[in-house]
Amino acid sequence: MANPSHLLYTAEHEWIQLTPGADLPTEPVRVGLTTFALDALGDVVFVDLPEVGTEVTAGDACGEVESTKSVSDLYSPVTGTVAAVNQAIIDDPALIAADPYDAGWLFTVTPEATAKLLTSTEYEALLD
Amino acid sequence: MALGARLTDFAGWNMPLKYTSELAEHQAVRTTVGLFDLSHMGEIRVSGPQAGAALDHALVGRLSAIKPGRAKYSLLCDANGGILDDLVTYKIADDEFLVIANASNTGVVLAALTDRVLDFDATVTDETGQTALIAAQGPASQAVIQSLADDQDARDAVAALRYYACMPARIAGLDVLLARTGYTGEDGFEVYVAADDAVRLWNALYPATEAAGGRAAGLACRDTLRLEAGMPLYGNELSLETDPYAARLGRVVQLDKTFVGQEALALAAQDQPARLLTGLTGEGRRAARAGNVVLNSAGEPVGVITSGALSPTLGRPIALAYVDRDEAVEAASLQVDVRGTLLPFTVSPYPFYKRS
Repeated sequence: MANPSHLLYTAEHEWIQLTPGADLPTEPVRVGLTTFALDALGDVVFVDLPEVGTEVTAGDACGEVESTKSVSDLYSPVTGTVAAVNQAIIDDPALIAADPYDAGWLFTVTPEATAKLLTSTEYEALLD
Repeated sequence: MALGARLTDFAGWNMPLKYTSELAEHQAVRTTVGLFDLSHMGEIRVSGPQAGAALDHALVGRLSAIKPGRAKYSLLCDANGGILDDLVTYKIADDEFLVIANASNTGVVLAALTDRVLDFDATVTDETGQTALIAAQGPASQAVIQSLADDQDARDAVAALRYYACMPARIAGLDVLLARTGYTGEDGFEVYVAADDAVRLWNALYPATEAAGGRAAGLACRDTLRLEAGMPLYGNELSLETDPYAARLGRVVQLDKTFVGQEALALAAQDQPARLLTGLTGEGRRAARAGNVVLNSAGEPVGVITSGALSPTLGRPIALAYVDRDEAVEAASLQVDVRGTLLPFTVSPYPFYKRS
């Protein structure tokens, strides 16, 4: 699946609902995993997300994603405060891979600062 | 790669880790059938008038005692009783055996067997490169194999083949060694075929598998399947540092014969092992992983996880661990340090899953 161009990406194979070139919004934005990440991980069976209200720092580990075989750290793409977590994917982690860029979002964060983020074109160049 | 497989380098072999979803593949083996390419496994033929006696000397079990057409699970140990590999051996005839080694250990097994048969009238031949192994595992595996047999007599022979038995057969018009063995806890068959015929065999077995509602299956689900079935994996539960008694495999050691490691194992058999391989089950969805430390209720370290996963069949975490004998008591409450979080686990007998 193509990585939607209206999102920004990290080298850790996450997406964030930020518009390329726009100012940081004051509303919380969604964070999720790319299809590349999900394909590499295999079936996700457990997700450990930061609690609502947690201060997360861009580039720092803030949770874990477990597949049957492996455990991977989840990194926050931005510095900010966690506003919500997606209970649906906690209850059924298979939903993440079923709809990774929409219903399979992981958590939302009210952004204050970003680390290096990539456009979909830049992100896909990284995968080649 | 035509099936979209994700490949992994495993002991120098480029092997399918998964084709689509390892959970769906796991489920297929438990409910219908999964088809595995296991050509990375080592096949070592031991033949000659004293082949049986040579293997009795080389392995902890008495291979000479089984009947032709039967298989036996055994261990190759070093002189200290440490485990070099665990392996299944097929007795093709009184003077001919096929030893199946783990891919990462094939070189070690070949070298040890070659050395250990020197005083016997027997020869050791590595056939790994010329032999492919395709396994059909799951309740529908018999129907899949039968659908590729020549005639009704051959289909009856497939049905009559007993667990841990093998026979020469023709499947999809190809000469194979057909064995009713596996590493999944389900009924299943392992089909050994000349490497030159492997693609033809796969191309016959795969449509038959799909027709039975099954799918191609990779190494990722093989690991969760064997863990649910409580089967040890070399490198995780078994190593040169573990002896068969700690691994609860004392039943396969036959001390009333001479073999490499016998003296050390006879001593080990007199003592209770300090730690025992122990089953653990958890709650929730977070699995313990190999290397995680096991703690008792007082918070003292009492063991280490060797394999752990969220069981796809049971929907809860399962694990194998070496745990201090005093703590490895059924139903005892322990904890596992999963990357800094202490999670409750209960000592549980394994296998965690038994087919009905």
